[in-house]
Amino acid sequence: MSERSPYYLPEGLPAPRAQRDGMDAGFWDALRRHELVVQRCASCGTFQFGPEWICHKCHGGELRWHRVSGRGRLYSWVRSWNPVHPALKQAGPFIIAVVELPEAGNVRMVGNLLGDPMQNAPFDAEVEAVFEDHPAATLVQWKLVS
Amino acid sequence: MPEHSIKDRVAIAGIGETAYYKRGQAPVSEFQLACEAILKAAADAGIKVTDIDGFASYSNDRNDAARLATALGLPHYAWASMVWGGGGGGGSGAVAQAAAAVAAGYAKYVVVFRALAQGQFGRFGQAAPVETVSGPNAYAWPYGLFVPAQWVALRVRRFMHEHRMTQDALAAVVLADYHHAQQNPRAVMYGRPLTREQYDSSRWIVEPFHLYDCCMENDGAAALILTSAERARDLRQKPVYVMAAAQGAPHRAAAAAENSPNFASSHFTTLAPRLYEMAEIGPQDIDVVQMYEHFSGAVPISLVEHGFCEPDGVMELCQLENFVAPHGKLPLNTSGGNIAECYMHGLELVNEAVRQCRGTSTAQVPDANIALVASGPMVSPVSDLILHR
Repeated sequence: MSERSPYYLPEGLPAPRAQRDGMDAGFWDALRRHELVVQRCASCGTFQFGPEWICHKCHGGELRWHRVSGRGRLYSWVRSWNPVHPALKQAGPFIIAVVELPEAGNVRMVGNLLGDPMQNAPFDAEVEAVFEDHPAATLVQWKLVS
Repeated sequence: MPEHSIKDRVAIAGIGETAYYKRGQAPVSEFQLACEAILKAAADAGIKVTDIDGFASYSNDRNDAARLATALGLPHYAWASMVWGGGGGGGSGAVAQAAAAVAAGYAKYVVVFRALAQGQFGRFGQAAPVETVSGPNAYAWPYGLFVPAQWVALRVRRFMHEHRMTQDALAAVVLADYHHAQQNPRAVMYGRPLTREQYDSSRWIVEPFHLYDCCMENDGAAALILTSAERARDLRQKPVYVMAAAQGAPHRAAAAAENSPNFASSHFTTLAPRLYEMAEIGPQDIDVVQMYEHFSGAVPISLVEHGFCEPDGVMELCQLENFVAPHGKLPLNTSGGNIAECYMHGLELVNEAVRQCRGTSTAQVPDANIALVASGPMVSPVSDLILHR
């Protein structure tokens, strides 16, 4: 019997890379260090995600990476069944989660909810980040705080 | 009325569509489908195709205006426009652009069209085989979040949680579509009735969407001709007037990684008030609704945002008997829509609204005077249209 995969989803899905213009390199670099960061405006303190070159609130151009604890709230989730990518053909159902980060202005992040794919997790449940290292990049996944 | 309203200045003079096919079954190329729909719309209007002097489309239609004008041998053209954004969000917006072009005098006969052969090009429901991803998709694809069914489901699930909406509301939309398609020989699902039991036992695509909650994948094309109200009155068909149109989206609607601030929304919250103001009517005046259903669960949210019920009232409104023509309280998607007539990216919904106002629908609402079309929920921009006879 083969060793259990360290990944939630099968291998072969597209690997994330920083944008060529460097805008979100800080986010991916931080994940590699097992740190979760959110863009924050140096002028007005607004958090924003996904990243952008300009603050949507005050239009300042100095945006910094603000480290957060990785605690969040399970804002929505779905169990996905249809193999929408060739790598998912043998995978069976899996859970996609949208997580809000109350300590960063309730910006949201997408990940998978670790654990039993048939679980029925309560909305707004507390979750925490789990870092999943792949050869090319590190993903941020989420698990229920028990 | 707003100072620069286009209300009643422009009319839809002709409509046309090809036969609608299942994905991969069109016997001709996508470009030929586009030409055929345009020729049929011109014939329906009673104009020569060479009278067309403008084009409007959306969702980056592959059959661009320059090629069409050349292939159709137009003596010239004076207008060509494309609504930004993907999905069906630009369907009514393209009609709005065409109406604006006519009202402003840029062109006399503008054709709005959409041609789509998913059998000849990529499928919307399948990810492209790439090894790496950058930009907004990099926050989604590595987690298996690739296609609209999934991100629409995330929003619908949140709405279901907040407002106690159940699967019954989704089923009502689907069953209304299939019911109406049984009366419509154009519909791909004509002769294929659907029961609640079949719906419930069909496989999950992504919860809460069963197979039947999802639009079909089709080949075909649809088109319509807009001209001034004055010119339209001299043409073959009874004019159907553009009473109001709107496009756009609310605050930061396209924020990446599911960061649209109003998440459990169809994105019509800022459009619908403008639409009704321009038309000088309210939701109570609408006789029939054609509401874009890439996925059934978006429709109840769109209905709320157009003022047909409160968020907590969706279960009361979203019942099959309310949605079915001729006598339902709010007849919905009377051709079968994206789910059971044809997924022509919602342009088939505009043509159906025209048929209702002409009195020629296969599921005619008696004395239908005013029809609403809502295009492409949950993308940015979305768009809206109110027509009247």
